[in-house]
Amino acid sequence: MNYNWNWGIFFQPNPMGTGTYLDMLLSGLALTLKTAALAWVIALITGSIVGVMRTLPSKGANWFGFAYVEFFRNMPLLVQLFLWFFVLPEILPRAAGLWLKQLPNAPFWTAAIGVGFFMSARVAVQLQAGISSLPRGQKMAATALGLTTVQGYRYVLLPMAFRIILPPLTSEFLNTIKNTAVAITIGLLELTGQARSMQEFSFQVFEAFTAATILYLLVNAVVVTAMRFLERWVAIPGYITGK
Amino acid sequence: MFGNLDFDVIRRALPYLFYEGMTFTLTLTGLAALGGLIFGTALALMRLSGLKLLGRIAGVYVDFMRSLPLVLVIFWFYFLVPYIGQWVTGAARPISVGAFASSLITFIMFEAAYFSEIMRAGIQSISRGQPAAASALGLTYAQTMRYVVLPQAFRNMLPVLITQTIVLFQDTSLVYVLSITDFLGAASKVAQRDGRLVEMYLFAAIVYFTISCIASYGVRRLQARIAIIR
Repeated sequence: MNYNWNWGIFFQPNPMGTGTYLDMLLSGLALTLKTAALAWVIALITGSIVGVMRTLPSKGANWFGFAYVEFFRNMPLLVQLFLWFFVLPEILPRAAGLWLKQLPNAPFWTAAIGVGFFMSARVAVQLQAGISSLPRGQKMAATALGLTTVQGYRYVLLPMAFRIILPPLTSEFLNTIKNTAVAITIGLLELTGQARSMQEFSFQVFEAFTAATILYLLVNAVVVTAMRFLERWVAIPGYITGK
Repeated sequence: MFGNLDFDVIRRALPYLFYEGMTFTLTLTGLAALGGLIFGTALALMRLSGLKLLGRIAGVYVDFMRSLPLVLVIFWFYFLVPYIGQWVTGAARPISVGAFASSLITFIMFEAAYFSEIMRAGIQSISRGQPAAASALGLTYAQTMRYVVLPQAFRNMLPVLITQTIVLFQDTSLVYVLSITDFLGAASKVAQRDGRLVEMYLFAAIVYFTISCIASYGVRRLQARIAIIR
């Protein structure tokens, strides 16, 4: 292989004047984590609402939940990002569109919102599966105790359902982190984007991508470990994943 | 709001979008699904073979691929494949591979990790009595897999496999990062040439949406049929 390896490249200054190439990659990692965190908050909140709607005894709510999930699941994430980034400002009223276009950090907000809503459909499907995996008796018992629908969900169904779906939610969270890399297409300089620009500046392709790969693997390992602790911490003794 | 949209630009671009773009997308999806399924089944068999080393290798490969973003993997292979080609053919310089070959290899290698998890679940869903009965009949390991286990595993997992292929169909749009003319790439090229981003991206979204919707409706029908058979 006639490729000039140069692992020292990470400690050489980058052409942007923001420190070394390593600093460049680390700032990309920070942006990846920030974007993923905001996207995950959006995904969790909207996904939970939609997931609950799909299990409510109301036809309209069911239908809305179904349509919502189908809408966000049947388009590639990349296309959705383009819709948020290029199309939305154009079809809004002029003033609102102009405000959107001039927003500082537009790629960051677009990526967080786009990935967030994309993932919310997946969270909704998981939560719906979690709620419907509970024995029917739980909902009935809640009603028999005189709890309203809201109270039934708040105190009986959701605490159990969220515990059940914790493992699939972990992988959805990991997917959220990975999916932020798609935002490279709208100019977000997250980890993959920084690795790509390091490759363009320094021509050290494989060093740049190796470093990005290792960082992604590290993030993965940290999240998986943390979630395992969380699972053990919230487990209900004698139930499902309990001790 | 939609007043100054020019839908004629879509009509004029239709032949380019579908003959060039959609053909690329569908060919890539089909071949990558096929290759991913074959390679993925091999990985699943390695993991379930009972041979520790083989199982470990397959496990590490699957976990490794599944923890990386597809975009990064696309870049990796785009730069790596010429060097691998040079190594395989013994050429003096990194050989140049076309955009199609490069992305096909990427998607086969990437999707194999996901298909292998599906096939593993499928193989594990077959009751133990079946391979036992097969070996009682004198079938070898390969024959047991070929005639007893894999056909059933494949059939049980068919809805999941198709769902994964729909995901793959959507994911192929990411070859955009290599400026390849797949369906989205074609739409984006026309959009930038004519300055008609809104029309072209809306149209691309509708096309992806329609195809995926029809396919996932088919999966739901299939699931209902298989559920009755069992």
